[in-house]
Amino acid sequence: MSWLGRLYDSTIGKKAIMAVTGVILFAFIIGHLAGNLQILIPDGGARIDAYGRFLHESPVLLWGSRLVLLASVFLHILTSVQLALRNRRARPQPYEFREWREASYASRTMMISGPLIALFVVYHLGHFTTGHFHGSFEPLKVHDNMISGLQVWWASAAYVAAMILLGTHVYHGGWSLFQSLGISHPRYTPLLKKGAAVVAVLITLGYVLIPATIWMGLVR
Amino acid sequence: MRLTLHVWRQKGPKDPGRIVTYDMPDVNPDMSFLEALDVLNERLIQRGEDPIAFDHDCREGICGACGMVINGIPHGPRRATTACQLHLRTFKDGDEIWVEPWRARAFPTIKDLVVDRSAFDRIIAAGGFVSVPTGSAPDGNALPVPKKVADLAMDAAQCIGCGACVASCPNGSAMLFVAAKVSHLGLLPQGRPERRDRARKMVEQMDREGFGACTNTGECEAACPKEIRLEFIARMNRDFLRGTFAERPEAE
Repeated sequence: MSWLGRLYDSTIGKKAIMAVTGVILFAFIIGHLAGNLQILIPDGGARIDAYGRFLHESPVLLWGSRLVLLASVFLHILTSVQLALRNRRARPQPYEFREWREASYASRTMMISGPLIALFVVYHLGHFTTGHFHGSFEPLKVHDNMISGLQVWWASAAYVAAMILLGTHVYHGGWSLFQSLGISHPRYTPLLKKGAAVVAVLITLGYVLIPATIWMGLVR
Repeated sequence: MRLTLHVWRQKGPKDPGRIVTYDMPDVNPDMSFLEALDVLNERLIQRGEDPIAFDHDCREGICGACGMVINGIPHGPRRATTACQLHLRTFKDGDEIWVEPWRARAFPTIKDLVVDRSAFDRIIAAGGFVSVPTGSAPDGNALPVPKKVADLAMDAAQCIGCGACVASCPNGSAMLFVAAKVSHLGLLPQGRPERRDRARKMVEQMDREGFGACTNTGECEAACPKEIRLEFIARMNRDFLRGTFAERPEAE
């Protein structure tokens, strides 16, 4: 078997793939947040519409980055499902009485927050990228699409809920990925844990700001 | 003091098993948990019942033979303590205590609280050794080892192979055990040459045995009676990834 096959075949190799694809998706989450926060600029959407056109300027770059993201999502999900099935097989009989001491709620629910976020992404793409789940979608009218789409209360609520899930996912995954890649030291691992928690809260707050302010009518 | 024990009873590997409740109205708080089981077994034998089977050997916390999940925690609620060193004074009068075997596919139950841990032996056999010629001992200080490195290696070498990490892990993963073995050998000069190869071989055997994968929850670290740290799992990941990625093909 080639080294790549052996790597993929192993539990540690799969975790490394999850970590690397996690980093790519994490970078996207930050960039996407920075881009979308431009909706808060009160200029009638000039800036964010220009940003939308800028992203679509080069089809090569647009589809190049979309392919990298899609491949990352695919690998992240594939490896996580394979590992989760393996983990479930590893303990066929559950304990009658079980206590948790260290495992955080976030760490034990990665396989719940993850699939729900994936479902949300499908909805989100249909909502603002293809417009299938959007009542009055117009391509490249980013500002108008966001305002009309997020003034619907249940859509706004779905975004807020999904971003809280994303926060819990990043709370654990944000430092766990370093451990999976073999990066750990008493000097910086505690900082990585705290850093992941802070970043998770900031990401959630930042993203929630968008549907919340639009739904409350503060941004129009 | 009075305790109520809910103990997992299983006649053999094929028996589905069940919880049986035993009342212990008069135990001494200074008994170890295993001594309480001894007393209970004496009574069961007197009543003509089958005593509870459990593993034990040194009864001073260094052999790794004993091990049972006590109230949902391997080796019970006290940190850095094996079941044999857990005293009944840890509990309160009138407490109800649940006692179960390690539960993992790779550790099949043989009887009651006894599980077959030979999967660990096969992982060791796959690479947990140093291939050096035996013979006369080398000169003292011929191989200098910095104190801090020796200490770190000793921290990992404390592992007694009891399996509490597997038992506590939500995924039934043996990463902490394998990481301890990979680390203590790989840190010392005698073990360094085979470091990456060893990590690869032991991890591959671990995977073959059907243990789960690590999700970095930290339960193993909390359950480990020898306080092996999660940091060693990262070290093993490093050795394994480098060993697999950077391995050169065999010379002709």
